[in-house]
Amino acid sequence: MSTDLPTPAPRVTTENQEFWAATGEGKLLLRRCEDCGNPIWYPRSFCPDCGTFNTSWSEASGRGTVYAFTVVHRSMVPGYREATPYVVAYVELEEGPRIMTNVVGCGPDAVHVGMPVKVVFHDTGAGNALYRFEPAGSE
Amino acid sequence: MSIRGKAFIAGAYEHPRREIPDRTNSEIHAEVAAGALADAGLSFSDVDAYFCDGSTGFGPMSMAEYMGLKCKHVDSTETGGSSYVFHVGHAAEAIAAGKCQVALITLAGRPRSAAMGGRGGGGGDPTGDMVFEGLWGMAGAVTGYAIAASRHMYEFGTTSEQLAEVKVAASLHAQHNPNAFLRKPMTVEEVLDSPMISWPLRRDDCCVVTDGGGALVVVSPEVARDLERTTVKILGHGEHVKHADNGRIDLTYTGAVVSGPIAFEEAGVSQADIDYVSIYDSFTITVVETLEDLGFCEKGQGGRFVLDGTLVAPHGRLPFNTDGGGLCNNHPSNRGGMTKVIEAVRQLRGETQPEVQVPDCAIALAHGTGGSIGTRMGSSTVILGREDA
Repeated sequence: MSTDLPTPAPRVTTENQEFWAATGEGKLLLRRCEDCGNPIWYPRSFCPDCGTFNTSWSEASGRGTVYAFTVVHRSMVPGYREATPYVVAYVELEEGPRIMTNVVGCGPDAVHVGMPVKVVFHDTGAGNALYRFEPAGSE
Repeated sequence: MSIRGKAFIAGAYEHPRREIPDRTNSEIHAEVAAGALADAGLSFSDVDAYFCDGSTGFGPMSMAEYMGLKCKHVDSTETGGSSYVFHVGHAAEAIAAGKCQVALITLAGRPRSAAMGGRGGGGGDPTGDMVFEGLWGMAGAVTGYAIAASRHMYEFGTTSEQLAEVKVAASLHAQHNPNAFLRKPMTVEEVLDSPMISWPLRRDDCCVVTDGGGALVVVSPEVARDLERTTVKILGHGEHVKHADNGRIDLTYTGAVVSGPIAFEEAGVSQADIDYVSIYDSFTITVVETLEDLGFCEKGQGGRFVLDGTLVAPHGRLPFNTDGGGLCNNHPSNRGGMTKVIEAVRQLRGETQPEVQVPDCAIALAHGTGGSIGTRMGSSTVILGREDA
């Protein structure tokens, strides 16, 4: 998958390595609490809703809507500096969590709150991929 | 136990410079400490408690050594730019508990002329918030605040023109402050014409980047009684950390929804009693959301509330940030909480610039916001009164 945005490799830890390995296979995982059933975001082994480590991975649908966003016109971030304007957004997944990401695949002017989006994966070259979102089609 | 009336701000000092290439951060800490202690009529040897953030060396350990402080109480609560408002509350608590008598709070940093110093110690695994938010080109603080602004606009119809009114009010105040970084009065049109940085926020929706610092001295009633200087009574304090709440982040409100009511209750006053407010103004949207959350208007009405000169001193309904705020005057070390408290102290002493002095200012509120309203933030509210409040 090509992209105009940079694809920095995430900092993989023992707590998130399965999540990132799955992105390399085109899967967006959600940690879920076995006790209260809630999804957990950002991915971690601990459920902040009920205070248990009794949690496990499941696969997310990869569909959601834009909750809020900005169009970045000035950026000092290496790789992104040259890519302006670009969109940083919170996408609300079908499963509930609002997650920070980029919206790609359309001009920044086309992005709006409530826009349906679906996940795409951009290879980092480090055995994993960044989850970004593109328009899911007409509303 | 309440802190109401159990501690007083006796000294306040803001570094007069906005670009300081010739001093270290440690020197600036000591300069502003000396300034605040002199303002109070106290000396370094009187200090028995010290408060600072974690951004210089090893925080209070490094700075207590530098300044030769002999402390029996220290606190390095690190909540970004709101840290110093937390520190005022914590100093009052410590004094009320009998742990100390003279608490020194300092801030220093030089983002304009030098790279920010690293934190002492540290290391280890990155926290998950850093891992999962560090990939998307968040271009400094403005990105998160801009995302929040987009949601506030979507839910409540807030406009760029309304946000610009906040900058205009700050600029009208800054013109009277000889030390302000930006002293030229602005119009809404000028703000709207400034370059887009991160839609919907433009350059003039952002605070200034300045070197500098400030300090406060908080003392017990016994110490205050013996000082000649006019002191300011601490009436109430509230604090909160609002975060992303397991993916349920709601960008339309700030941590002030918790810190505000706690502070009002402890102070025993209501919004109608407040003569002056220092509202953290990293960005214009910060002010609009915070005013709503502190109960000065209904949720969602902040954009309309700031119209018609509401925030303009001395005669607006709710004069704010009469030093010009972070938006025009000073945002030292990229942290605006210290200057918020200092200007509130000036107002209560009747010592701010005469053109913006609120007549008969008896009760003031200062609010700090640290981190980002787009992700996680520290929020701290203090309510202050005149000596006789």
